[in-house]
Amino acid sequence: MTTSQTTKKLDAYFGEYGGMFVPELLVPALEQLEQAYIDALEDPEFEKEFNALLTDYAGRPTPLTLCKNLTKGTKTKIYLKREDLLHGGAHKTNQVLGQALLTKRMGKEKVIAETGAGQHGVATALACALLGLKAKIYMGAKDIDRQQPNVFRMKLMGAEVIPVTAGSGTLKDAVNEAMRDWASSYEDSHYLLGTAAGPHPFPTIVRDFQKMIGEEAKQQILKAEGRLPDKVLACVGGGSNAIGMFADFIKETDVELIGVEPGGKGLETGEHGAALAVIDKGIDSKGILHGAYTHIMQDAEGQIEESYSISAGLDYPAVGPQHAHLKATGRADYVAINDDEALNAFQALAQSEGIIPAVESSHALAYALKLAKESPEKEQILLVNLSGRGDKDLTHVHSILGDNFSVSVQQGEK
Amino acid sequence: MSRYQSMFNRLSEENRGAFIPFVTIGDPNLDTSYKVIKTLIESGADALELGLPFSDPIADGPTIQNANIRALQQEITTQDCLNVIAKIRSEFQDTPIGLLLYSNLIMAKGVSNFYQSCADAGVDSVLVADVPVRESQPFRKIAEQTGIAPVFIVPPTISDEGIRQVASYSRGYTYLLSRAGVTGAETKANMPAEAMIGKLNEYHAAPPVLGFGISSPEQVKEAIKSGAKGAISGSAVVQIIEKNLGNEQQMLTELSSFITAMKAAS
Repeated sequence: MTTSQTTKKLDAYFGEYGGMFVPELLVPALEQLEQAYIDALEDPEFEKEFNALLTDYAGRPTPLTLCKNLTKGTKTKIYLKREDLLHGGAHKTNQVLGQALLTKRMGKEKVIAETGAGQHGVATALACALLGLKAKIYMGAKDIDRQQPNVFRMKLMGAEVIPVTAGSGTLKDAVNEAMRDWASSYEDSHYLLGTAAGPHPFPTIVRDFQKMIGEEAKQQILKAEGRLPDKVLACVGGGSNAIGMFADFIKETDVELIGVEPGGKGLETGEHGAALAVIDKGIDSKGILHGAYTHIMQDAEGQIEESYSISAGLDYPAVGPQHAHLKATGRADYVAINDDEALNAFQALAQSEGIIPAVESSHALAYALKLAKESPEKEQILLVNLSGRGDKDLTHVHSILGDNFSVSVQQGEK
Repeated sequence: MSRYQSMFNRLSEENRGAFIPFVTIGDPNLDTSYKVIKTLIESGADALELGLPFSDPIADGPTIQNANIRALQQEITTQDCLNVIAKIRSEFQDTPIGLLLYSNLIMAKGVSNFYQSCADAGVDSVLVADVPVRESQPFRKIAEQTGIAPVFIVPPTISDEGIRQVASYSRGYTYLLSRAGVTGAETKANMPAEAMIGKLNEYHAAPPVLGFGISSPEQVKEAIKSGAKGAISGSAVVQIIEKNLGNEQQMLTELSSFITAMKAAS
């Protein structure tokens, strides 16, 4: 299991953030993954196979859609990168296909994964069905309750779904359980981590397997507008869709990057999942969780706090280390959108554009709408990553809104 | 001479190995935990491995996870736990005390500050479950400055180079993992570990002590026979606490006879 080549390695850190803070037992498995990825990068066959799956199976490139009605009354243009149209219903499919191919390269037959909203679980299940891998998916018991359709999807595609009742019964606990499983199964199992967080090399691999989002969007917006957008927005839980969207724009220093975290019931209530946005409120909380040194939600003793968000996919008390670095260097801003604002954006997009976004992606959209509203006279182009579709959220949102929800949803301009 | 060295020297003269029980400090509460730890020593434990409770113990199986949860329900702090150690230290000057914990508990207090508090409380060694050798430099440096022995784990998957590194960094003792996976008495250790022990000796590592899945006197005996200088038993000890939560006296009595039997096999 030891790595054969030690010549070239990937950087395990983004500034001071990142690293490989795992039990010694897992280090060989992570180093093996790093080596498999380095080898894959040098193998044109890998890229060919990955791209073929993305195009012929997953449906890339995804379109870029200009909102026709949403920003009426303002001079803002909002473009949506339509990852909601990707096979599986969210951006998750991109990187899962990449990691599933790496799993095969490493000669492993089984995949372990954690899932929050169920989107990563669904993506893992479909990739494993396609490539003949056995999938075991850990999911918090609370998340299983709020994401029933995705649980059924995973099972339909042959994955085993294991409920995790420990702790808060959400994503954090599912990650713990997946890591515990991996500690005894790494010889024949790959841990297919679902976001650009966790120990090295996951933040790098997941970003690289998601960066086509931003690369495509950049070309598409240049074609549509002849210029780059003013701001690029994406929601941030662990941060994979955001880093995939940001990666190709980081060097375009005129483009503002905005990560939108779940403000839950409001940052002041403590019930949120915004590990970075709270820094501007004076809570600068660095620490180590799930293998990485990054910003996390914790108490004074270093015990991890439970995050809260209406969206299971953003309900996570840490953030990927590259986002922590982008925040520290000032290259990206991180803001919070509360549950209510996200729900309003969810309805607004449905009503004005006929697109039902995932509640996760609704956070990014909500902040774009806020920017449009704040400066109605400002001519600006906002690029929003619509990371997933809202089908999985219908039951949950229906139960919150009931049948007599307001149709106006802050659309005074309409 | 460090407490670990004195202990291993003494045991070596007696031609025996060390028996080292593990419990989580604060399980099920600070007061009982103090009595539990005292009982472990009085029943024959050669050294102690004590866990600091953490909300997300990824290297631990269900038994020790539950111990962590029980302790944290008391809303105890790191300093509360160190105070228990200080009290034990004042009564038992010679018993080596090792701390096993997760890195974020150190980060929250600041690395220097944390290790200094450990030294003040009378801790001899610190093993950080989620800091492998490749990330260990800042922790090792401060540990040595404050006179705390940094302990590292040798997993069954380790490379020769890995063994060499652990041998050069681990002080006090070397934690030899008898199998893959998380802690737990349910999955038995895969013995023997002779090959790894041979390598560790070749590289002049601190005395190897075998842990994970050790729950019976026979396993302790086998561990020592395979060349280990001691055996650590965690989940089996914690199970006795868990089983007797409503009856402290029974808990201490059962712990005492378990430790006595395990020590007799070392």
